[in-house]
Amino acid sequence: MANLTTESRPVRYVLTAVALVFLFLFLLLPLIGVFWEALHKGWQLYLTALVEPEAWSAIKLTLISAAIAVPLNLVFGVSAAWAIARFDFRGKSLLTTLIDLPFAVSPVVAGLMFILLFGANTAAGGWLQDHGLQVIFAVPGIVLATVFVTFPFVARELIPLMQSQGADEEQAAIVLGASGWQTFRKVTLPNIKWGLLYGVILTNARAMGEFGAVSVVSGHIRGETNTIPLHVEILYNEYNFVGAFACASLLALLALVTLLVKSLVEWHLHRQQHASTLRTAEARLQAAQP
Amino acid sequence: MSIEIRNIRKQFGQFTALDNVSLDIAAGELLALLGPSGCGKTTLLRIIAGLEKPDAGQVLFGGADATHTHVAERQVGFVFQHYALFRHMTVFDNVAFGLSVKPRRERPSAEEIRERVMKLLKMVQLDWLADAYPGQLSGGQRQRIALARSLAVEPKVLLLDEPFGALDAKVRKDLRRWLRELHNDMHITSVFVTHDQEEALEVSDRVVVMDHGHIEQVGRPDDIYEHPATPFVTQFLGDVNLFHGRVDAGQLTIGSYEQALGQHQDADGDAAVAYVRPHDLDLTLQADGALAQGRVEHIHAVGPVVRVELQQADGQTIEAAVSKERFRALGIVPGDTVYVTPRKLAVFLKDAAGQQDYVI
Repeated sequence: MANLTTESRPVRYVLTAVALVFLFLFLLLPLIGVFWEALHKGWQLYLTALVEPEAWSAIKLTLISAAIAVPLNLVFGVSAAWAIARFDFRGKSLLTTLIDLPFAVSPVVAGLMFILLFGANTAAGGWLQDHGLQVIFAVPGIVLATVFVTFPFVARELIPLMQSQGADEEQAAIVLGASGWQTFRKVTLPNIKWGLLYGVILTNARAMGEFGAVSVVSGHIRGETNTIPLHVEILYNEYNFVGAFACASLLALLALVTLLVKSLVEWHLHRQQHASTLRTAEARLQAAQP
Repeated sequence: MSIEIRNIRKQFGQFTALDNVSLDIAAGELLALLGPSGCGKTTLLRIIAGLEKPDAGQVLFGGADATHTHVAERQVGFVFQHYALFRHMTVFDNVAFGLSVKPRRERPSAEEIRERVMKLLKMVQLDWLADAYPGQLSGGQRQRIALARSLAVEPKVLLLDEPFGALDAKVRKDLRRWLRELHNDMHITSVFVTHDQEEALEVSDRVVVMDHGHIEQVGRPDDIYEHPATPFVTQFLGDVNLFHGRVDAGQLTIGSYEQALGQHQDADGDAAVAYVRPHDLDLTLQADGALAQGRVEHIHAVGPVVRVELQQADGQTIEAAVSKERFRALGIVPGDTVYVTPRKLAVFLKDAAGQQDYVI
């Protein structure tokens, strides 16, 4: 039966092999390479490379900017998706286009924009500096650049999802007497949680891995304004391969952990659904018996 | 609770969905809003629910102005066309939703909620599905769960948007009867929207026929069917044959056919259209006193009624429905020429602007 609708056996094998080889060459091999480079001179050197003050400061700065950018873009992304998917208003298409702007602009250009806006020689930057806040070549600039480049991920993920689901369930909840917040918490959020989780994972990955925009506004002050990706580049240019790959492996590890978390949650949900299907089938059988 | 709708207007951009619509719905009534798509019936339903705001006019619930009452406070039950069940909740949680979101001081205890939900699920005969998710249910089951969910909060008014629209013919018929019985038991003021005239005529106490944002006619199903007030209603309620002629002082003339009407006494040679339903046409083999003649094109002899399609000389088609016995007595076959006489016709004068023929 299956043979009628699928390709013949050799074709299937060839296609599968091509996919697997491609996956191995372009995903698995580089990943193994990173860990092998980082670890092949021993654990001791690996750990030392991670805890030395400059690396440690880069790790902290990366975590801080991600910790600010992710919640900010989570709130923004949900509100923007909600507004675009549920309401009609003047300037809606402009907003939709603007959300995509960070994807369209090269990260380096994005960084330069912030220098033009907040550099020491500009009006805004000068005023802020007089009031004790340095933006460019300091942590605020790095956070700003990170927020900017990760801006579209959550909204992009949610808008098509919410548009396809429609507003019916939310309207049903409101007719049944639920408040706006109850509707959001009990109906909207559960329906978008997978898209939302995916958007957050992408935002987080990009926030931690962003190089271009952050590189422009950072100024590369060691121990102060270096994030992990910038630190990796500096070490690499200094031929400190173990140090560079140790930090790189940390980023790769973070990616692997987020993927693992996602799979675990999915697996758990799938099990719940399956249990309910079984219970329903049993109930059906019982109802069918006199 | 009674509902009064006063001079409601609603515009979507350039499109007028409702144009000065007024309607009284008695307490405990089961009312159908019937019309083709785009006639404004769903918009009217959503305005009654509070899901849509009218541009002008008022909605009164039990005599009190509810135009600006928020949806959540109107105490209406609304069954959506595609049910809008909460897909991530079990059937039980779906039905319990309206009770569990009440403020703490009004909310029944968990035990009470459980009891009420199970009672409702028993009423819709689906208590054994309490644990299932909506994705596991059939269309008819979803419909009944949606109904149970809307009834859980004991609404004063029940509103249903195309309640049987997405179901197959057999389930549709069963649910129709079931809804009618449910309404007889509960006597809750109910309004449902449909584009299916059979459904509206069979289920409701009264039918409101709408077109282009206007109410064309309101009345009991048999009244509307027997005495359609406008050409649109005549055409929308079922298949109909058109004959063009003139009326002079209550006398209808179509070709050589003449008949005295009980109406249009002051007509003065006005152009008129006579509408005749297929089952109000009799077939004969005599030319005397016939309304028209035609050649038999098709004969559909399935079921208790035989439908005969005739082609007139000018290419117009006439459809007649006769009983099997009559058909056998006539002994006609395709190609024969037969004559039709009307048992009953609805005659409307073409007004000065030229009454357009509605296309459905």
